[in-house]
Amino acid sequence: MLTTSTLLLAGCSGDDGTPVLTWYTNPDDGGQAEIAARCTDAAEGRYRIETSVLPNDAASQREQLTRRLAAGDTTMDIMSLDPPFIPELSEPGFLAPVPDDVAAATTEDTLDGALAGAMWKDEIVSVPFWANTQLLWYRKSVAETAGLDMDQPVTWEQLIDAARDQEKYLGVQGANAESMTVWVNALVASAGGQILQNPEAGADELVTDLDSDAGRAAADVVGTIGSEGLGGPGLPTQAENESMLLFRGDNGSFMVNWPFVWPATNAAAEEGAVPEDLIDDIGWAVYPQMSEGQESAPPLGGINLGVGSESQNQDLAWDAIQCIVEPENQSYYFISNGNPPASASAYDDPEIEEMFPMADTIRESLDQAVPRPQTPYYNEVSTAIQDSFTPPSQVAEGTAVETGNFIEKVLRGEALL
Amino acid sequence: MTTESTAQPAASRKKSVRPVKSKRTKAEARLGWWLAGPAFFIMIAVIFYPLMQALWDSLFSYRLTAPDDREFVGLSNYLTILTDSVWWSGFAVTVLITVVTVAVELVLGFALALVMHKAITSTRGFVRTVILVPYGIVTVVSAYAWYYMFSIDSGYMNNWMGWVPGVDSDLNWFAQAGSALTVIMLSEIWKTTPFISLLLLAGLAQVPEELSEAAAVDGATWRQRLWKVILPNMKAAIMVAVLFRALDAFRIFDAVFIMTNGDYGTEVLSLLAYRTSIVRLEIGLGSAVSVLLFLCVALLAFIAVKVFKVDLARGQGGKS
Repeated sequence: MLTTSTLLLAGCSGDDGTPVLTWYTNPDDGGQAEIAARCTDAAEGRYRIETSVLPNDAASQREQLTRRLAAGDTTMDIMSLDPPFIPELSEPGFLAPVPDDVAAATTEDTLDGALAGAMWKDEIVSVPFWANTQLLWYRKSVAETAGLDMDQPVTWEQLIDAARDQEKYLGVQGANAESMTVWVNALVASAGGQILQNPEAGADELVTDLDSDAGRAAADVVGTIGSEGLGGPGLPTQAENESMLLFRGDNGSFMVNWPFVWPATNAAAEEGAVPEDLIDDIGWAVYPQMSEGQESAPPLGGINLGVGSESQNQDLAWDAIQCIVEPENQSYYFISNGNPPASASAYDDPEIEEMFPMADTIRESLDQAVPRPQTPYYNEVSTAIQDSFTPPSQVAEGTAVETGNFIEKVLRGEALL
Repeated sequence: MTTESTAQPAASRKKSVRPVKSKRTKAEARLGWWLAGPAFFIMIAVIFYPLMQALWDSLFSYRLTAPDDREFVGLSNYLTILTDSVWWSGFAVTVLITVVTVAVELVLGFALALVMHKAITSTRGFVRTVILVPYGIVTVVSAYAWYYMFSIDSGYMNNWMGWVPGVDSDLNWFAQAGSALTVIMLSEIWKTTPFISLLLLAGLAQVPEELSEAAAVDGATWRQRLWKVILPNMKAAIMVAVLFRALDAFRIFDAVFIMTNGDYGTEVLSLLAYRTSIVRLEIGLGSAVSVLLFLCVALLAFIAVKVFKVDLARGQGGKS
């Protein structure tokens, strides 16, 4: 008995007796491990943070975290969480409540979009760490030929016309993957609609809102790009990385994508993988509008931090989280790993402006950004959208209403995904 | 001692069959149980218990993220599955992959077995090594290799197609069921044909050489010897190869998961079970899918063993 207890305690403490906090991180370029080391130093022996890397994609990260949390894993001290999956983990009580003082201290200057993604049922259930949003990237030469003033908001219709007239490709994500839900949600929200009427409801009462002008408008954009071949031949299997490659090519024109494309394209230019003058031809703007004059609702991404309800080190974990999300660590993470801060003050770092000339646009976009449906059944909703909106060439006017009906049938246990 | 017993006439052997339980045989029996015990318990732990648990869970509406909402629903999950086109589409794709890959592998495997069998002694080792290389590669690795070969973004298959006049070099192989399943099946055939050829090589080695030679002396052509002498004598090896490979192909997962994740009409039953249980975390529904998949595989095995009279223990096959 004594031996067993000793072994169990040894699992939670280092050799020197220092409590060890496990931080389950999404894969990155080493930024979270560096921040873990910094905060371990700052803790001066009160705790040590060790990182454990989760699988690559968000869906697989969710699977592993959910299984561990459901099994009562006591090592879930700190978790890097994708915002759409937070309600699913919060609803069954898998996440420890955020103490009021921690919530106040860590969200005082958080950008609106990022804060919305950290909440469930009007309560802060996780702490925003970094926020992400998609921008409209464009080739200046193509926009100029099309006669578009990119200092003003542009619409999807204008982009489609420009690509069609110049026989260029639009960089969008048409794969049967999470990126499709990101796109559809942004289109619906930009058209003033929403995917779910009552996202907080239970599975039996959840009602979709895709049978609407906004839903049909979203289907029209996806279907037009798909059926006219404006997304390129790879569109049905094209996610973020593939659309970046398309955008960099000779037929690139406009692209909606996350900010990672900037450091990635600069690195490619340095390696000689793309022409050097490509960088000078790339511009950026806030996400395109669905109709002229109606503010767009760009996609929101990023990572929040949560603590497992079975964690044996909850107080220390919240202490560590406060250190991790300090604005200087968020700035460091942006500069080193290309992931934008959720904190407004983190953007004050002069190095950010130097490395990311589009930082102000990102910040503006984050203020406009709208999260994906926040529901404990997000996985079902998202998968149904992905299945219905792919391949984009087969998306038609009726796709929106069919998707809505399909989601409701799945949630009521009447259909398989 | 053994000479004595085997030399007895059949009738007298029958009479002496009744065992006499001496102390020694009882001790041997106990020892047998002790030796078989660990394997027995392992089988209970890793096969029987999970199977029973899956069967039990399949009768409930149970979601991992709502552990308190577990409700007994009887056969409702099975009804939902069997009345859904997703199941039947997955079933059709699974059967198609099984039938096509096993048929092609059997033909190719036999050809390769002949090559290995006839290879001259000095090259036999080299030939066998070359033929068996694909089987030594991990399925995940081979699936990725085939995926990248046919990827529209980085694969060289589309580059090659660009050189052929009139051929669509912009074909997105993984965006429609026909081409995607073709690549999936090609990767499976490439990977697993060596396994079939190994089994058939063993069967080929058991065909009495003198029979074939006698037929040749009697004027039989090579094709006649193949159909009338070689293949009938390889029946057991062929049936075992078909059985093993069909059961394996019916449970295909890795290649589909890696190349298409079941998108665009390529979903197979094992992937459906995975997506329902592990991705959706619908344990009740997912367990029902898994049980149905198990029943399909069990039925396949039953047909092979009973209908075709495959005797795995004796290595004999064919209708008796």
